[in-house]
Amino acid sequence: MSEPFRALTSRTIVLPQESIDTDQIIPARFLTTTSRDGLGAKAFFDWRYDITGAPKPEFALNIVDPTEHRILVAGANFGCGSSREHAPWALADYGFRAVISTSIADIFTSNALKNGLLPIEVDAETHAALLERPGYKITIDLERCELRFANLAPVSFRVEPFARRCLLDGVDTLGWLLDRSAAIAAYEHKRGLGT
Amino acid sequence: MPPDPSAAPLTLFEKVWRTHVVTPETEETPAVLYVDMHLVHEVTSPQAFAELDARGLKVRRPDKTYATLDHSTPTLPPDENGERPYVTAEAKAQVAALERNCAAHGVTLAGWDSADRGIVHVMGPELGLTHPGSLIVCGDSHTATHGAFGALAFGIGTSEVGHVLATQCLLQRKPKTLRVNIINSLQSGVSAKDMALSVIAALGFGGGTGFVIEYAGEAVRALDMEGRMTLCNMTIETGARAGMVAPDQTTIAWLRVRRHAPQGTAFEAKAAEWLNLVSDEGAVFDKEIHLDAATMAPMATWGTTPDMSAPIGAPTPTPRSQADERALTYMRFEPGGQARDHTVDIVFVGSCTNGRISDLRAAAALLRGRKIKEGVRMLVAPGSEAVRREAEAEGLDRIFTEAGAEWRLPGCSMCIAMNGDVVPPGALAVSTSNRNFEGRQGKGARTILASPASAAAAAVAGYLVDPRTLTEAAHV
Repeated sequence: MSEPFRALTSRTIVLPQESIDTDQIIPARFLTTTSRDGLGAKAFFDWRYDITGAPKPEFALNIVDPTEHRILVAGANFGCGSSREHAPWALADYGFRAVISTSIADIFTSNALKNGLLPIEVDAETHAALLERPGYKITIDLERCELRFANLAPVSFRVEPFARRCLLDGVDTLGWLLDRSAAIAAYEHKRGLGT
Repeated sequence: MPPDPSAAPLTLFEKVWRTHVVTPETEETPAVLYVDMHLVHEVTSPQAFAELDARGLKVRRPDKTYATLDHSTPTLPPDENGERPYVTAEAKAQVAALERNCAAHGVTLAGWDSADRGIVHVMGPELGLTHPGSLIVCGDSHTATHGAFGALAFGIGTSEVGHVLATQCLLQRKPKTLRVNIINSLQSGVSAKDMALSVIAALGFGGGTGFVIEYAGEAVRALDMEGRMTLCNMTIETGARAGMVAPDQTTIAWLRVRRHAPQGTAFEAKAAEWLNLVSDEGAVFDKEIHLDAATMAPMATWGTTPDMSAPIGAPTPTPRSQADERALTYMRFEPGGQARDHTVDIVFVGSCTNGRISDLRAAAALLRGRKIKEGVRMLVAPGSEAVRREAEAEGLDRIFTEAGAEWRLPGCSMCIAMNGDVVPPGALAVSTSNRNFEGRQGKGARTILASPASAAAAAVAGYLVDPRTLTEAAHV
């Protein structure tokens, strides 16, 4: 379980492309790892480095200091494609704590929430304003489910309530499920599944 | 009197969901769902097993857990010393980790020495592990494949793989339902893959997000089980996590002969139960769309998401968005361009989408007595050891190799390109797999998705061509 997430104030990195899939976030050839650590260096690898391995000087992730740019603003349908949890592992290891888009893929959302990376869906107008302002400073208040900005009105967002509680309080999801063992055993008994 | 809720018409999805609820969903917490079968492979499981080990936990139901090796596995045979040609030491270590984890936790593994080994979504159904009405998960987005049997099957992340290993359960919010009705019949020479690409184009990439899809209509009923698996397999490319087809006699006939299906009278009892797994008359879906199979043609993608597709023979479309423009730039295609302008370098037949025996037969039928075009490299990777045996018994392997293609060992191979089977930078590949994302088949690789027949036809012609033109020519 990662550190609790209550509020975050940081700057954005903008990747406006639509449908950024998990193969872009972390190419499959890096999935042979048996660890969840150290994948930040491989995040967006094929967008960050040219064919010789040299960093592309114009690419956003090569320009900014990740410790001060912990919010990714991306085009619609972010995180589509495979179920690889390596995608949020890579983003979180790079330094991101939140992703903002108009729509974020289901499995990516589920995976991100388990890794202290907050997926936030916003309306098209807010999204457009954020796309135009790379490096913009945003406060993400998870207690109030609100985004606050210097020059724009606050925007509320929704997070699945259980995942929100896990993030706020550092609840261990697996531990929570293990606490349901009696109910699980009763279900197995009812369906005659043995134990 | 309030209406009896048990009498309300239910969707197939709802029926399967209800039987798996351990504790119901509330405002504060998702439902706890019980998993009937958990499929495991080497890529998305090591960190989950490590989590169990760190907490001193055991796998709760090794009898409901089944593992295979497919993603990182070489498709070339071992050398004279028995050494498999792994792409890296890390890939070899990943396979060894699953072998170790399965041994330590008592999980059945279809490993290198198993006659059952195969791509997880080819192997599961073929062994009869996939049952109608069951809840199936795997750390793999193409788990949707198993929905072809009327199972609720979806991909999960590695943290959830750990949850299922330790508790056999999963926390889930109930998704919305979407019915895709496909009327009429596919024309001869048009396949389930073409239907899948047509559905994705109609829904749009991400158009299914938040839904479970039920595929219905006479065109779906007319598909054999392998066709239904191809259709359900690509459901995730719409953003929907699961796709389902109601079980019928086609489903029962497939299952009757499978090793892990119930046997004898138990099978007949189960079969009667399974046939009730249909959406009731009047069941309400959150969304419905209607498509006509008769208008579907052999399809190919022109862009870098699976919805960017058109009938083979149509000129490259004019971009309608920045995403289209970026895709055409990456693919090096010009609007209005013709298929014959784009020389194909690589053809790949295989994957959990199209690596089954009927797929190999379709490709072989086009290649019988023909040679692949000079300059084209064609690789055929059967979906499982069982598919390989069947294909070799039928002589399909010889048809492929005599045409100039490479006949490989089973595995995911060039679909995900993490085992060393890679499309080189800039090369144009026609692939029977499921994703044409930038770099999916290798950095800089340009991928066109198509059916097995269309892929084989492209191998012969050297560019994309409607496979029906070749089959018709053969009859002259």
